[in-house]
Amino acid sequence: MILDVNKLNYSYPHGPAVLKDISFNLGSGEVMAVLGPNGAGKTTLLKVTMGVLKASSGRCTIDGEDISKLSPKKLWSKISYVPQSKLSTSSLSCLDMILLGLAGKINSFSSPSAEDRKSAYELMKELKIEKLAEKKCDALSGGELQMVLIARALISKPKLLILDEPESGLDFRNQLIVLDTMAKLKDDGISCIFNTHYPEHALMRADKALLFIDEHTVFGHTEDVITEENIERSFGVRARIEDDYIVPLSVI
Amino acid sequence: MKEKNHLLSNIILIILPILTALAALMLGRIFIAPSEVFSALFKDPDIKPLILMTVTQIRLPRILLALLAGAGLSVAGCVFQSLFDNPLATPDTLGVASGASFGAALALLLHLGMVGVQLTSFTFGLVAVVLTFLAGSGKSKGMSAIVLSGIMIGSLFSSLVSLIKFVADEESELPAITYWLMGSLSGAGYKNLIFGAPAILFGLIVIYLIRWKLNLLPLREEEAVSTGVNIKALRVVTMLCATLMTASVISMCGQVGWVGLLIPHMCRMMVGSNHKRLIPFSISIGAAFMVAVDTVARSATASEIPISILTAIIGAPFFIYLMRRTRLL
Repeated sequence: MILDVNKLNYSYPHGPAVLKDISFNLGSGEVMAVLGPNGAGKTTLLKVTMGVLKASSGRCTIDGEDISKLSPKKLWSKISYVPQSKLSTSSLSCLDMILLGLAGKINSFSSPSAEDRKSAYELMKELKIEKLAEKKCDALSGGELQMVLIARALISKPKLLILDEPESGLDFRNQLIVLDTMAKLKDDGISCIFNTHYPEHALMRADKALLFIDEHTVFGHTEDVITEENIERSFGVRARIEDDYIVPLSVI
Repeated sequence: MKEKNHLLSNIILIILPILTALAALMLGRIFIAPSEVFSALFKDPDIKPLILMTVTQIRLPRILLALLAGAGLSVAGCVFQSLFDNPLATPDTLGVASGASFGAALALLLHLGMVGVQLTSFTFGLVAVVLTFLAGSGKSKGMSAIVLSGIMIGSLFSSLVSLIKFVADEESELPAITYWLMGSLSGAGYKNLIFGAPAILFGLIVIYLIRWKLNLLPLREEEAVSTGVNIKALRVVTMLCATLMTASVISMCGQVGWVGLLIPHMCRMMVGSNHKRLIPFSISIGAAFMVAVDTVARSATASEIPISILTAIIGAPFFIYLMRRTRLL
């Protein structure tokens, strides 16, 4: 899979420009982190990249094909989206929730087969959440729900996973589980783009990073992007980077 | 991970409405023994004409109507809840029922005939649900916003119904409209059924067939879109079917409230919210419930009680219980 985003611009209808001339690219099995202060446009960038919001100008191609010209079926067989896991009010069982990830591939008049259910369960085992199979989604903790949503995205065997703040609101252990899950997808050649509030997480697991600095963005290898200088320019925070650790020092 | 075998519960779901209907054929102003009911149904030549007439011409069409109306209303309530991701969204709370009532009353005033009643009822039901949606879904999108705007639109159409009553002819039209509004299945005959039943059946069949996909309805917009399903089309189809069923029921037997709230919630408590199971449960239990309530309405006292009074007596306390239990408003 090759994702190529070229000079993407987006402004809200009758509103100000949010994204300006953003370019980046991603190859098979690569993990990319999107960072920036609150309200910089991280979530908007994800939505425009997937084509959920229509770009004002610029091109976004996956394997050479323009995303805006792909049929929804074809597009969503390559890309899967994991939304922010606000607590769910759905009383579907986790297994049923994961099976919804196959909705695009199942005929309107039918439902998942026994085989589908089996592969959903296998996937849950792989992600070590098989105990949740019969549990209802509205009874899950934030970390459990996030893993269920990731499983729902993975079941359609996508080539690119787009995650909106997958580790937000999770405890230490669950943050690591989610980050490791993304890193493990490398072996299957699945690429990930994720929004995050934590520069350390980018340093720990991402190959590439895109950082919003005021109106502009910096893109490149994570170590080149997440620097003391860039953090100061983007977040207005003086920080010290030691290996993979970032120690925030003071607000400018 | 195999799906559980639901054979037993499926058999119960099929038998329940049939048994209720058979019991309802026996009960009423005169009691008819089961053997006589069967003789009448199978047109035994030895049967007394009075019994034959009561079973096949009076009770049977009315029970068929009750089965359809109960199934239609509860499935409509069920999908409205999912469509708006709100447990309190029903044909009544969304204003659909009031809109459809206004349409039907208007058609009665203009003497448009049964098909006219159906069409105007459907049109105004649809207008009401779209208005409610436009008024109540915004950025704030709280759980109660949609229900509040539904109540607003509902009362708007209720006052329009009052306006129609006001201009209606006191001698002929007003009593007809008023009595019909109270909700009754007593007008049931095969002629009415032929006009009204196909619309309800159509809605039921479509919803039944696409029931697994309905699980996508409560998801957030981009979540649903990212499954690759045409979620807009799914929403439109569901909304049209639910409104069609509500309007058809209303044009045949007036405004029978609460069924669309009561039954889907009972079913959700029993089987959870996977529509693959939820829809069959709603159909079966809704149909049986309506037949049972209608049987009480027509046989409990010497003169018939309007069915909406009975459903409200059961429904209102349940609504309060639900509100307190879910803490949504």
